Amino acid sequence: MSTYTSTLGGRTYTFGTLARLLAAAGPERSGDRLAGLAAESAQERVAARWALAEVPLAAFLAEPLIPYETDDVTRLILDTHDAAAFAPVSGMTVGGFREWLLSEAADAETLAAVSPGLTPEVVAAVSKLMGNADLVAVARKVRVVTAFRSTIGLPGRLATRLQPNHPTDDPAGVAAALLDGLLLGSGDAVLGINPATDSPKAVRDLLELLDGVIQRYAIPTQSCVLSHVTTSVDLMARGAPVDLVFQSIAGTQAANASFGVTLGLLDEAYEAARELDRGTVGKNVMYFETGQGSALSANAHHGVDQQTVEARAYAVARRYQPLLVNTVVGFIGPEYLYDGRQILRAALEDHLCGKLLGLPMGLDICYTNHADADDDDIATMLTMLGVAGASFVICTPGGDDIMLNYQSASYHDALYLREVLGLRPAPEFEAWLESIGLLDERGSIRDVSGTAHPLTAIGKELAA
Amino acid sequence: MTNRHMDERADDLTLWPAMRRHTQARIGLGRAGSALPTRHRLELQTAHAAARDAVHSPFDAAAVAAGLAGLPTVRVRSAAPDRLTYLQRPDLGRRLDATDRAHLPVGEWDVVFVIADGLSSRAVHEHAAAVVRATAARLTGWTIAPVVLAEQARVALGDDIAAAMGAATVVVLVGERPGMSAADSLGAYLTYRPVPGVTTDADRNCLSNIRPPLGLTYEGAAGKLAALMGRARELGVTGVGLKDESGDGDVSERLL
Repeated sequence: MSTYTSTLGGRTYTFGTLARLLAAAGPERSGDRLAGLAAESAQERVAARWALAEVPLAAFLAEPLIPYETDDVTRLILDTHDAAAFAPVSGMTVGGFREWLLSEAADAETLAAVSPGLTPEVVAAVSKLMGNADLVAVARKVRVVTAFRSTIGLPGRLATRLQPNHPTDDPAGVAAALLDGLLLGSGDAVLGINPATDSPKAVRDLLELLDGVIQRYAIPTQSCVLSHVTTSVDLMARGAPVDLVFQSIAGTQAANASFGVTLGLLDEAYEAARELDRGTVGKNVMYFETGQGSALSANAHHGVDQQTVEARAYAVARRYQPLLVNTVVGFIGPEYLYDGRQILRAALEDHLCGKLLGLPMGLDICYTNHADADDDDIATMLTMLGVAGASFVICTPGGDDIMLNYQSASYHDALYLREVLGLRPAPEFEAWLESIGLLDERGSIRDVSGTAHPLTAIGKELAA
Repeated sequence: MTNRHMDERADDLTLWPAMRRHTQARIGLGRAGSALPTRHRLELQTAHAAARDAVHSPFDAAAVAAGLAGLPTVRVRSAAPDRLTYLQRPDLGRRLDATDRAHLPVGEWDVVFVIADGLSSRAVHEHAAAVVRATAARLTGWTIAPVVLAEQARVALGDDIAAAMGAATVVVLVGERPGMSAADSLGAYLTYRPVPGVTTDADRNCLSNIRPPLGLTYEGAAGKLAALMGRARELGVTGVGLKDESGDGDVSERLL
């Protein structure tokens, strides 16, 4: 193993391993401090960045951060590495790679061609040398398009996950929040419920409810009840209407084990969902959520900083060509991301790293009440991620999730973002909105509050 | 399709109130352009402000002690010196301050109650003393240690306290993370013979959402706790090996 050094202000800083160097180069972040990995001083942080800028990208393939022998995510990353795709950038340093990513040479086609040659460690490393504006500028060049019944990630489009959660999975309560979201033009990425329990019966009831609404109103979208992957496998075998298989994933084998997940289980679920073939315009059948801090929280981070471990989760995700991936960026709490500033930075990093690795990256832009953040932070993050070209965002009624007890973006926030940036829904969903009279002459979502609309039958029946 | 339904306008005016009977979600809020109407924006901020104040209000140990009807108390701090550190360093909130550990009384206690500020001092101020009184009243024949009032404290601080005092069982009453609908929810965590650093959340039993009248009542919580404590002592175990058989025991995943 090499050591890494740089001299700043007459003092020489030494970093014993690549993992130490990456952790020290990261921005101030409560989770890295909690893990004892953060730079000791502002100068040490910058010294680490000077040293990191000189590291050849090839070093990240030669020096795995977590041993190949003990971690199946490391094996996945190295065994599936595409050396030919990597070749055009393989001679670059991290600092040179940053400049190349920002240059005109790195256009959408080139970035797509290089993507299979990039590893999580490489993209995490370069993001540590980038400012927030860099993270936006590069991400907006990356194009990742996926499809099931709607097409996600096309230029000039922003999709939303409609999240109609209810603390007891009450069908009428879910239907009420579902109706609210649809009337506000939400739901083209997925109608996605976090169930209160993982009981197969409860999950199936919710799947049937969502599938019934999708079929009856011919909505070009997909449903997902975010249960454990084993529950989905079981329900698919029993004929339940499973569109997308969901799973929370992380960047190390041990952290995935804490979620009760192995690559083998994900392989099995992926095959089963592909066989159902329920999509109409595409065959991407998986949905993953991730989030910085999950590996540390499971004591499974192996001394690797939380952003780099997070990027490794994207290597797991890309194996399955998912329809949707989102980081739940502020959910885990202030011991990992303390305030709005740290949450914003993490959101931009996760979005770029996921996109560079070829994922249809969306975000749950959110915070808990013990983090130092508020609805202004949601607006700031949403705007920056909209400019960065996020594939989708999660939306909740009024921005308040009454089941998971946190605040996310609202359906209204998505309207705002589409309005100020001229972003439109997924094309299939947009056509459907038009067909049911929810688009005005400018193509915006018509304000139908206080008036009748055919969709309100959903509420009437289920509330009856 | 649209025109056919336009005559249902009058029905729709009653739709949202009817649907709100099924969910507390903020539905049917209307719009001001793309945004929320002023009233709903302020309502969200009102709920968030209550939650923020619950997290950041200082713990008033004297007021809690006054509510304990003469039960002896002892005050401790965790190793987290202030609220900012506490929020970012959960590990420090699980360890006793060294000086305070040395001052804890040692004895052959059957149980020690720990009142911990957690993430809502408001929940603790409003509910904790009443739960301790109601529970202690049901523990005939138990040797009860002085009640420990713990500042900047997480659930696992109770492990450190019980080990330092020699108590067999620890009950930690702790302010839960405030939500937008409730900022005063109290949790109760029961652990039998905890070992600091070894005991995990899987070794505890939990009651959450103690906040009458909307949540669990004091008597309801005390009944469940006393029953669990009795069975924990018989079986010599808490956690996944001990189930709440008194009804709808709510095992929270929101462990602090």
